[in-house]
Order: sequence, then structure tokens, then C-alpha cells
Amino acid sequence: MSLRVNGLKVHYRTLRGDVQALDGVTFSLGDGEIMGLVGESGCGKSTLGKSLIRLDHRMHHIAGSIELNGRDVPIGDDAAMVPLRYHEISLIPQYAMSALNPTRRIGRMIDELLRSRGVRPADRADELRRRLELVGLGTDVLRRFPIELSGGMKQRVVMVVSTLLDPSLLIADEVTSALDVSTQRSVAESLVEFRDRGHVGSMVFVTHDVALVHQFADTIMVMYAGHVAEKGPAADVVSDPRHPYTQMLLSALPEAGEDTGERLRGIPGTPPGLLDPPTGCRFRDRCPMAFDKCAERPPLVETAPGHWSACWKTEGH
Amino acid sequence: MWRYMGRKLLVYALTFAVAVTINWMIPRFMPGDPVRSMLNRGSISDPGALERMTAYYEEVFGLDAPLHEQYLNFWSGLLRGDLGISVMLYPEPVVDVILRAVPYTLALLIPAIVLSWIVGNRFGAFAARSKVLDNSILPIGYVLTATPYMWLALLMAWSLGIVAGIFPTAGGHSYALTPGMNAEFLASLVTHWFLPFLSMFVVALGGWAIGMRNMIIYELEADYATYLRTLGAPRKLVRRYAYRNALLPQITGLAVQLGTIITGALLTEIVFNYPGLGTLVLDSLNNRDFFLLQGVFLFVVIGVLVANFVIDLVYVFIDPRTRVQMTGASS
Ligand SMILES: Nc1ncnc2c1ncn2[C@@H]1O[C@H](COP(=O)(O)OP(=O)(O)OP(=O)(O)O)[C@@H](O)[C@H]1O
Ligand code: SF4
Ligand SMILES: [Mg+2]
Repeated sequence: MSLRVNGLKVHYRTLRGDVQALDGVTFSLGDGEIMGLVGESGCGKSTLGKSLIRLDHRMHHIAGSIELNGRDVPIGDDAAMVPLRYHEISLIPQYAMSALNPTRRIGRMIDELLRSRGVRPADRADELRRRLELVGLGTDVLRRFPIELSGGMKQRVVMVVSTLLDPSLLIADEVTSALDVSTQRSVAESLVEFRDRGHVGSMVFVTHDVALVHQFADTIMVMYAGHVAEKGPAADVVSDPRHPYTQMLLSALPEAGEDTGERLRGIPGTPPGLLDPPTGCRFRDRCPMAFDKCAERPPLVETAPGHWSACWKTEGH
Repeated sequence: MWRYMGRKLLVYALTFAVAVTINWMIPRFMPGDPVRSMLNRGSISDPGALERMTAYYEEVFGLDAPLHEQYLNFWSGLLRGDLGISVMLYPEPVVDVILRAVPYTLALLIPAIVLSWIVGNRFGAFAARSKVLDNSILPIGYVLTATPYMWLALLMAWSLGIVAGIFPTAGGHSYALTPGMNAEFLASLVTHWFLPFLSMFVVALGGWAIGMRNMIIYELEADYATYLRTLGAPRKLVRRYAYRNALLPQITGLAVQLGTIITGALLTEIVFNYPGLGTLVLDSLNNRDFFLLQGVFLFVVIGVLVANFVIDLVYVFIDPRTRVQMTGASS
């Protein structure tokens, strides 16, 4: 197991109170595992991604632990996290399009970043060139300013920059969302290629696109309102979802190959606010199968090897 | 690149032409007989001289020629560097009077603008660093920017000049000295220069410090800064980027503020009776010397335009985004 996250609670401190964006998240990743992380907007995907590498000043680590390759990741201690960042854990942010300093040539920015992390740019120069080629970019992008690149090119540059020090854990936050379908595919394929070549260890791939993640992720984790609903092998989660939320999420998608022209049904209702969330199962208000017991929070249990679900209706309870 | 510059130059040329035209119109379309009222106000005792002047001005105004001819004559005089003859200092050409005042104004303006901009930016960036500094520098900055030039200048003249008696409060140098390249005269120049310079410097300083502080806080929250911090880049690198990027809008701010600063300089000169263009404006108004007033106005317009152009040029060299737009426009 390369990554273990145990009961992680992270809140946003706001003037109106704590937003409980992650409320007891538990999962683990094997070596080289690519985990697709899906869920509705606002369920805490980016928060989980950030919590694995750097909390911003509004985020507070309340409880829970993270372990990477057997070592503790002291997420609450900003200074102690510095050596791990980039070298061990890296992030392709959701805002990759604006992640590059607009007034620096890309090559120079990379050199300055590497040097500031104690790496000699010359030592990574060949690798940098090779990886740019791998994602379909020429080395001439290094002499350009970010504004001279298209959105997809910037996305790929950030991908190469983030993985340049071969991190054991990479969080890719919606790297495909702003791209057209064919670019999405090539970006996703490049990430798999990076994993296959050992440029990155395991990967958390955040997305809204279940179909895409089904094709190339090893496992899928579904989050709902700051909780983990379900995690399991990608094929199993899609073909045999255990959690009612996953079932509804999948049935809201158009079936592959089927073209009925019917509009997506969506899931009626909205997720609960996280400022003062209800106790018990957070899906209760929208769940057609809800019953009395759901006033209590269902634990995440393993219903089949590697397949976990948090619902009182899932067998195993 | 050249097309971009050409376009900019065209805009500046048009602005200049409009300014000249307005300048030409003002005395001509003012009610009353400008020549008569001008000469009456100008304290001229010798009747022979008065006659000669009246003839001269009626001719230059060319009041009986058609308007378009008057207008063209004005331009051709202008291009020859002929702005007419001053009433107040008859028979000295306006250009000579102005050229005598320009070095004084520039000696105040350029150091005050450049130093307040540099020091203000440093202070602002520094303030963004810590709560304590922020809480002290920011209110001081707000008070300073809100201070009218005149008022601060008077305050300084009163405190440092009259009460403390450290600096002289009027004139460009001591009248007891004859101008020359000797140490005594130069020292007199510097002590007379100091107070007007200081009051302009101090007023401008606050604005730049506040602007920089706000810009740098904004830049530190920008995505590229967050990304660098996420990858563990040290504060130093993030700050360096943020500082540089925050400077760009400050340069634009300088271009925008230039007019205000120059007006401030003219007012400050008046307070200290400093022999630059500002004092010249006041004197020419008092003496109804429209030729001189016109001339000063033209010089100020030219100065603002030239300074703006220089800032445009600087901006192109330090912001890659304008460069990209330019190549985009010309290809
Ligand atoms: N800075 C913040 N201050 C307060 N609340 C926040 C902040 N950032 C996020 N949140 C809240 O935390 C919750 C989780 O947000 P997060 O950005 O992790 O969602 P997400 O799953 O990544 O959504 P999306 O798919 O839209 O990117 C949301 O309810 C959001 O309102
Ligand atoms: S625990 Fe209850 S409310 Fe929650 S998903 Fe299962 S059945 Fe629905
Ligand atoms: Mg997100």
C-alpha cells in the first residue's frame, strides 16, 4: 500500500462557521494504482486533493492521518510538509490554465522552481525534453510565455512540470475538464503512460467524467458531501455499484452506445450544505431506499475484496 | 512592433494637435478684446512701448485675417519655435522665458516621481509582509495620498522653513548670489530645491505604497503563486514573482497619474515661489499674459505626452503580454 488515508477531517474556517468539507475520509491506494475520484460538484474532491499536499490558510486539519509508503504525512504542519511536496507528492491543479507565471518564459520558470527545490536544472533537462515530447510538445515551448500557448498546451506543460521529480503520489484535479474530447483522451493516456514508465507512483484522478475514468482508472472512489460513498475496482463500481448514490449517479449517465436523445435525468434534490450538515447518512434526503437506521452514519465496509461501500442497505450489514 | 509603435505615435500626434487647437482658441474666443485687456493689465508705463506692443499683438493675433489663416499662422509659428513675445517680460520671447523655467520644474518633477515610485513600491511590498507593518504603513499611506499638495507644501514650509528655519521657503536660489558654477551657489540651489521636492515626494509616496501593497497581496493569491507554494517553492521565489508582476500595474498607474502629479508640481512651485512653470502660470495669469500662458500650457502637454510615450516603451519591454499582442497584431 503506498497511500493510506484514515478518518481524515478537514474543515474550511469561515466567518459563518466551519465548512465540513472532508468528514472522516478513509481509503488506500496501492503502488501504481490510478484511482478515479468522482462525485457531484462541491462534494470535496479538490479539498481531498489539496489535503494530501498543502492546506491553504482557510483549511484546518481536524483529525485523521495520512501515510505514504509507511511514513506519516504531517499535513497539519506546513514546514514539515515542504520536503515532501513536489519530491514525493505532487499536484496538477484544477486551475492548470493559470498555474504558470505569465511574465516568465516557461523554461526559465521551471529552472527557477527546480533550483529552489534543490535540484540542478541540468540534471533534469534531458528528462524534461523527453517528457514534453511524450505529451506531444516541442522543446520550443520552453522559450515561450504561457500566453503564447493554447489551453491544452498549458495543461500539458503543467502536467510535465508537476511530475518532473517522479513523485510517488500525483493528484490530477480535473485535468481534462476544460479540454475537447480528443485532447481529453490524449491527456489521460499520457498520464497512464507516465505511470507505466514509473514517472509517477500512484495517482488520484479527480473528474466528473465517469465514462472516461472507467476506461483507464484501476479503481473508482465516489464521494458524497464530504464522505466516501463507495470505492472499488473500476469495472465493478460501474457494472455492480453497491451504494444507492453511485447507482443513481451511473443511471443518470447516458448508456454507452445508446442514443435515445432523452435528456439526462439527473438526481432529484441537492446535496446538503456542509456548513451544518445533517447527522447520519448525508445522502438520506435524496435516497429512495432510506429507512430509520439511516439517521446513524453508515460505516465504510468491505463488501467484496477491495470493494467498499458506506450504506446500511449494502449487504454485509 | 513597429506598427504598434506607429499607432501609438499617431494617437499622441492627434492628442497634441487637439491640445494646440484648444490652446489657440482660448484667447480668441474669450469675450472682450484680449489685446487691450492684456496690455491694460500688464503694467506698462511708457506710452511709446505700449503703442509698439499694441501694434505687435494686433498683428500676431492677425485679428483681421480670416480664422483659418490665423490658425495656420499659429501652427507655422509653433513649428518654428515661435510662441510670440511675452507681455509681462516684454520684449522677451515666450520660448526663452519658458526654457529658463523648465529646468527648475524638471529638477523637481523627475526626482520626485522616480524616487517616490521606487521607494513607495518597496515600502508597499514590505508592508504586505507583516501585519504590524501593514497596520502602520497603510493608514499613513492613506493620510498621505489624501493630503492635497498645497496643504502639505504649506505645512512643510511652515514647520521646516519658518519654525525650524532649516530650509529657505521661497525662490530657486538666494538672490544675493549670482548664478555660476561655484559651490556656494550650488548649495543654495539645493537648499531651495529641497522643501518643494520633499513635499511632492511625500504626497506621491503614500499612493504608490498602498497600490503596491494591494497589488502584491492580489498577486500572492494568484493561481501561479498557489501552484508554486503547492510544489514547495520557498517564499522568496513566490515573492519575487509577485513583486515583479505587481510592478506592471504600478507602471500603468504612473502613466495615469502623471497629469495629477504635474498639476501637483505646479501648485507646489507656487507655494514655494519656485521659479518653474507653475509660478510662471500664476504670474502670467496675474498679468494677463496669454502668450506666456499658452506657451506654458503647450510645454506641459508635450511633457505629459513624452512621459507617457516613455512609459509605453518601458512597458513593452517588461511585460511579455504586450509584446505578444504586438506580434499578433502585426503578423
Ligand atoms: N475556501 C473555501 N471556504 C469555504 N468553503 C469552501 C472553500 N473552498 C471550498 N469550500 C467548500 O467545500 C466544499 C468542497 O469543495 P471542493 O472544492 O473540494 O469541491 P469539489 O468536489 O472539488 O467540486 P468541483 O467538482 O466543483 O471542483 C464545497 O461545499 C465548498 O463550498
Ligand atoms: S445509508 Fe440509508 S440513506 Fe444512506 S445511502 Fe444507504 S439507504 Fe440511502
Ligand atoms: Mg474541484
